[in-house]
Amino acid sequence: MLSVRNIQFQYSPDLKFQIPDISMSAGDELLILGKSGSGKTTILNILGGLLKPQSGEIILNDTKINLLKGAELDKFRGKNIGIVFQKPHILAPLTVEENLKLANYFVGRKEDQNLNLLKELGILDKRKSKVNTLSEGEAQRVSIARALANHPKLILADEPTASLDDENAQAVIKLLQEQAKKYSAALIIVTHDQRVKDHISNHLIMGGLS
Amino acid sequence: MNMLKLSWKYLIAKPLNTGLNILLLALGLSIITVLILIQDQFENKMTKDAEGIDLVVGAKGSPLQLILSSVYHIDYPTGNIDMKDAKALEKNRLVKKIIPLGMGDNYQGYRIVGTNHDYLQLYNAGFDAGKEWIKPFEVVLGFEVAKKLNLKVGDSFIGSHGIGSSSHEHDEHPYIVSGILSQKDNVLDKLILTSIESVWYSHDEGHDHDKFEADVSISGFPETDEDREVTSLLLQYRNPIAAVQLPRFINSKSALQAASPSFEISRLFELLGVGVKLIQGLAIAIIIIAGLGIFIALFNSLKERKYDLAVMRTLGASSIQLFLHIVLEGIILTLLGAVLGIVIGHGFLAVLVMQNEQGAISGLSAAVFLQEELWIVAFAVIVGFVASLIPAWTAYQTDIAKQLTKS
Repeated sequence: MLSVRNIQFQYSPDLKFQIPDISMSAGDELLILGKSGSGKTTILNILGGLLKPQSGEIILNDTKINLLKGAELDKFRGKNIGIVFQKPHILAPLTVEENLKLANYFVGRKEDQNLNLLKELGILDKRKSKVNTLSEGEAQRVSIARALANHPKLILADEPTASLDDENAQAVIKLLQEQAKKYSAALIIVTHDQRVKDHISNHLIMGGLS
Repeated sequence: MNMLKLSWKYLIAKPLNTGLNILLLALGLSIITVLILIQDQFENKMTKDAEGIDLVVGAKGSPLQLILSSVYHIDYPTGNIDMKDAKALEKNRLVKKIIPLGMGDNYQGYRIVGTNHDYLQLYNAGFDAGKEWIKPFEVVLGFEVAKKLNLKVGDSFIGSHGIGSSSHEHDEHPYIVSGILSQKDNVLDKLILTSIESVWYSHDEGHDHDKFEADVSISGFPETDEDREVTSLLLQYRNPIAAVQLPRFINSKSALQAASPSFEISRLFELLGVGVKLIQGLAIAIIIIAGLGIFIALFNSLKERKYDLAVMRTLGASSIQLFLHIVLEGIILTLLGAVLGIVIGHGFLAVLVMQNEQGAISGLSAAVFLQEELWIVAFAVIVGFVASLIPAWTAYQTDIAKQLTKS
């Protein structure tokens, strides 16, 4: 389902990243570990179509992401890739539910699954709340719900546990795994958080490469 | 969820900022609205009231004052003129029609104007009730006078001396209402019309009951062998040559003064124009500041919103949609400002009219909507669009990866 081959990326001639090939099927999980500066986030940006690699190809569900451009790429990303950031980045002027609806709107999807999703993530009663009334854990769950709102084929999580305590961190990882299974999406978590290691068996360690 | 709703949510997330910008813009636009409304209605009214009057002749003095007092009935007359001088003019071959006016009295602030039936014809006046005056002391009320003073045909009242209200009353002879005019939206609405004879007799010492029973003159000058005066004359030219010769003739030869309404009114507007220009400039300055305010508000909010914009892009928004998102904010702001400005403008004019029941402004209406007001809305939207262009362009160029990895 996801296949990444021969990706090369460089910010400048001195700062070159060699990215290992990745191949995943629906429902697979992958943990990308590495110290800061090792290129973890760069990988994630490339996989999400936020950065263009200099060479190589990324194929998600028969679409070569690296060949898409402009609005086409934006729509593809919105439809097929759910991204969870280190910080929740909930749009503050909107309520929790509206955040999800906005994700639906941008890809032209019906809004009928949102309440279900919020229920599964245990934040249904917060659906009319603004982000500034939520706890950190709740906010992170909202950002997961938003990433899942369009039922993506690939879920990318960038340090999703970094600002959470042990309990919440574990809960968030579990949620991500559950939801990825449920929608048969591939899940990639990028982190330097050692707490996550035990939950996912499939590791890819960055760093040490030139 | 849609783009409009999204932009609206972001606007109301900052109610103070948004409110201030809307208010500032509304202030500038309301000034322009009031100016447009007053100017349009004033010019319309003034032209309408002066229609059919080529020349006004009265006592020497300010020509503008003569026009304002005899055509629009807002200023004081320049004085009275001798009937003999007036009658001499009637025979002039350049004069097609001449309507004498006799002023000096009022009732409750409404002017009592002595004239003949030609004056009614000049404005094509129709009657809501009753008919023209036939006998002395019969009066015809303008629509507004009858409504405000609650007078009906057959009612009588006693006029007071002087043109404004609260002067001493004539106790000799009451006026009787013989007719009420239908609404004309011109100067007639606020006048009490009667015969020249009524004005004369009300100022005479002693009563001559034979005179009071005789019919008054319907056209031209009243027949009299006494020394009488009128206040002014409204003239119509017989031919275009009259416009050249008659005013010069009157001004040089006689003790009279002639003034052309169209000339004096354009002079008046020229004088007022300086003030209007000044206020207009002020309004435009306010609008520019409002536009700058919107620009700065949008530009500043962009700094805080770079993350939000990047997140929207990861959710599937295209660059064009982000551009639209910001432009829509500017346009919503200015659209609301324009609507509010027009409402404030009309409200302000309504208050102004209410406070000046009998003045020159009282004839204006706040319930009139002009096509120019649509231009105000269009103008405001353009301001909003221009003010949001640069911020929107910045949003368009948001680099998602850079924004999101910068923590």
